[in-house]
Amino acid sequence: MDVFAHLFSWIGNHLTGPDGVYFRTTEHVQMTLLATALGALVAIPAGLYVGHTRRFEFLIVSIANLGRAIPSFGIIGIVTPLAINLPGFGFYPALIALFLLSIPPILTNTFVGVKNIDDDMLEAARGMGLKERDVLLHLELPLAAPLIVAGVRNAAVAVVATATLASLGGWGGYGRFIIDGFAQNILVEVVAGAVLVALLAIVTEVLLAGLERLVRPRQASTEKQFLPQLRASRA
Amino acid sequence: MIAEAIQWSWIGDHTDVIYQRLLEHLELTVLAVGIGFLISFPLGIYAYRHHWFLAPVTYATGILYTIPSLALIVLLIPFTHLTVLTCEIALVGYTLLILIRNIVAGLNGVPEDAREAARGMGFSDRQVLWRVEIPLAMPVIVAGVRVATVTTVGLVTVTSWIGFGGLGYFIYTGLQQFFTTETLLGSVLSAALAIILDGLILVAERRVTPWRRGSHAGGQRGESLQVEAAA
Repeated sequence: MDVFAHLFSWIGNHLTGPDGVYFRTTEHVQMTLLATALGALVAIPAGLYVGHTRRFEFLIVSIANLGRAIPSFGIIGIVTPLAINLPGFGFYPALIALFLLSIPPILTNTFVGVKNIDDDMLEAARGMGLKERDVLLHLELPLAAPLIVAGVRNAAVAVVATATLASLGGWGGYGRFIIDGFAQNILVEVVAGAVLVALLAIVTEVLLAGLERLVRPRQASTEKQFLPQLRASRA
Repeated sequence: MIAEAIQWSWIGDHTDVIYQRLLEHLELTVLAVGIGFLISFPLGIYAYRHHWFLAPVTYATGILYTIPSLALIVLLIPFTHLTVLTCEIALVGYTLLILIRNIVAGLNGVPEDAREAARGMGFSDRQVLWRVEIPLAMPVIVAGVRVATVTTVGLVTVTSWIGFGGLGYFIYTGLQQFFTTETLLGSVLSAALAIILDGLILVAERRVTPWRRGSHAGGQRGESLQVEAAA
């Protein structure tokens, strides 16, 4: 394939500049980190709260189901026109949309992680005189940690993917190569954008899968390792 | 804020094209999940019987699953161009991980007792598979089909970018003109389609697994019921 032969030289010739690979990489990575971090900041405490108190469970179920049903492209599509008057050339519409997108997977996993903890273990901890706060921080949080990180991983990979779609709404990132290259009929630019965003998604997945292993309290069976967690949403 | 942004008259004026796009969306989804299942089913059974195969097939489909949809479509364009084939290959690709994983998990979850009982009754391996293991694995397999369907409905909106997107067409054109009515319409109908298809598959599953009708506990199945189903 001709396109793939020219891929590396194209990337090599477009590394720097205001529309270069370095700049677009920075944009895409920053957006992913920011949106996922904000999502985690909201979703982890909320999931811990609901999992610990077992209150408002229906809310989590509703958000999880809606998050799966509403297409991620739809979230970009709805948020962008509504938030387009904010400054920053599409930055805030993209951030708001991706932040919203990152919530359901993290929230669901945090909730399920806490909820699935053996009741006997919690009772034993309380029987030993642990306060609710300690139960939450020293028992529920560490035991739920692998699932929480898996939720963050799913959210981050979804954000990397959907950030590409945010470029259709005017924002930058790798999606610019795809959208602009397509508009100008430069196939090599389109393919370069696709290869870069695919690589970023895989790197994100691998890094956070590594973190997931680090926070795992004990080694799970090998079979579980081969069957990755169900991802709540993707783009 | 959102309610004010909707132009109801626009929706009224476009009912024909909305219906057409909805049908297109449904076609693309059913085709993708159907083909995905036809590929996943033998692979899943093979991975269940030959454990060495599980890791490579899971990693391969997992990598495929991780690639963003827009990127996968683009990477297929040099090979299959701007055709419906490009969309379907991508859509089918995303169903594989979900379907294969659930087929294997479902088969692995079949109690050894049921298998033993069937063998004791003189069933061949093939009979055990088709008359015991697959029926008992059905709830988990169908759960996979439901997740794959909901996921695919969402992904079809993205393929609108190269012209085969069903309801995604409204999101795409609405986004280009910053027209909330259109993006909202596409998103809401797509979500509704996902929820309805999910429910329909659930109902269909209840019909083909009548032995589960008494048990409301989802995956919980009584031992006696399994032996009955096996016979």
